[in-house]
Amino acid sequence: MALPSRRALAAACGLAALCVCVPLYAAPYTTVPGGLFRGVLTGNEDPPSPVARFSMRVTPVTNAEYLAFVQRVPRWRRGAVPILFADSDYLRAWAGPTELGDAVFPEAPVTGVSWFAARAFCEDEGARLPTWLEWEYVAAADATRTDARSDPAWRARILAWYASSAEANKQRVGGEPNAYGVKDMHGLIWEWVEDFNALLVDADSRVQGDAEKLRFCGAGAITMKDRESYAILMRIALLSSMNAAGSTTTLGFRCARPLPETAP
Amino acid sequence: MTLCRLETVIRRWFAVTLMLLAACAAAAPPPSAELPPDSIYQLDIALQDQEGRSFPLAELRGTVYVVSMFYSSCQYACPTTIETVKHTLAQLPESRRGHARALMVSFDPKRDTVSVLERVAQEHGLDPQTWTLARTDEASARKLAAVLGVQYRALPDGDFNHNTRLLLIDRDGRIAGQTERIGKVEPTFVDRLRELAP
Repeated sequence: MALPSRRALAAACGLAALCVCVPLYAAPYTTVPGGLFRGVLTGNEDPPSPVARFSMRVTPVTNAEYLAFVQRVPRWRRGAVPILFADSDYLRAWAGPTELGDAVFPEAPVTGVSWFAARAFCEDEGARLPTWLEWEYVAAADATRTDARSDPAWRARILAWYASSAEANKQRVGGEPNAYGVKDMHGLIWEWVEDFNALLVDADSRVQGDAEKLRFCGAGAITMKDRESYAILMRIALLSSMNAAGSTTTLGFRCARPLPETAP
Repeated sequence: MTLCRLETVIRRWFAVTLMLLAACAAAAPPPSAELPPDSIYQLDIALQDQEGRSFPLAELRGTVYVVSMFYSSCQYACPTTIETVKHTLAQLPESRRGHARALMVSFDPKRDTVSVLERVAQEHGLDPQTWTLARTDEASARKLAAVLGVQYRALPDGDFNHNTRLLLIDRDGRIAGQTERIGKVEPTFVDRLRELAP
């Protein structure tokens, strides 16, 4: 008597666990081990920046995933979002507020989303946007190495994408995984990061006197450490030109989650 | 019976509370107008002022504000920013001084505790009637910076690289003016301030 009931209990528990886990695993994340990293924004005299271990979405968020989000959370639908959070470019490629239409592939990365909208999606998924440093850290990997940046062939391959003008809406996510198991870091879209508005802080020449000292606290201006990383610098330039309510047809995002310091 | 009575009492309490809440909401300025879609008060973030009081950003609705972001361990730009805001507000005629307030929000919540904010207010002689120095969590600071066009980045030595902007915020939270000029009062900014705080 005890055995079947225990089995039934186990089955019920398993079922319950499945129900709980299915939405969590619907979007696969992968663990990115921490490390020390010299990014393009790390000053020449600065020590490498520590990157704490975190988990990152394997692929960028797709149109289908974003559609499911706005279906569930009506206040993020096109036309319902206050202009403070998303301007008129928001999801412009979609046929309607809750309709992709024929021109937009469900499995293509969603683009035309503002920083606020991207953040809201990630928060809804129990995540956040990656920081620039986290994004750059993962983007430095190729298929076999976690840091392939010194390889001219790898750099050339990435740059080749920027020269082509593919429509993001017509391409599906799910390219080759890099050494961390993360896909589509290059070659598909530009991606929002949490600190997008902090990457380039420029001096304004209209200011009289010692502009640097007057307008900036941290006197250390950004020094571009590795001028050969054009592809990365282009991303910084693009993100810096955006405002938080804006978007473009090639700008999408993926989410990240912090992890406890030590492995569980 | 007792349970039923209790329920009735609770229900009545609830109804009274609701009515009170409705009355309060109706009394809040401005009474009926919906929040404009471009209002910074669309942001659902909480601030904590130099006296340790916590309040939602949207609570500031109804008053004209000169807003800036800063961090208090900054040596150059930030003290100048405070002085610039002070001089800007002083351009209003004496009789209208109370019609506009100043809000300075720190983007360094780790170091800018309530007591640090209080000290900064004292050092600069900032009257709490006019000045709110506030802190918030890191994510909220990033959101506020995003709508205000403020850029900041933490440097390894604990300093911040940041731009300095003064924003003029109207009663409904719309950005009515902005300047990146500090150290001197910007005349067009003052003109807008005079228009908004009659």
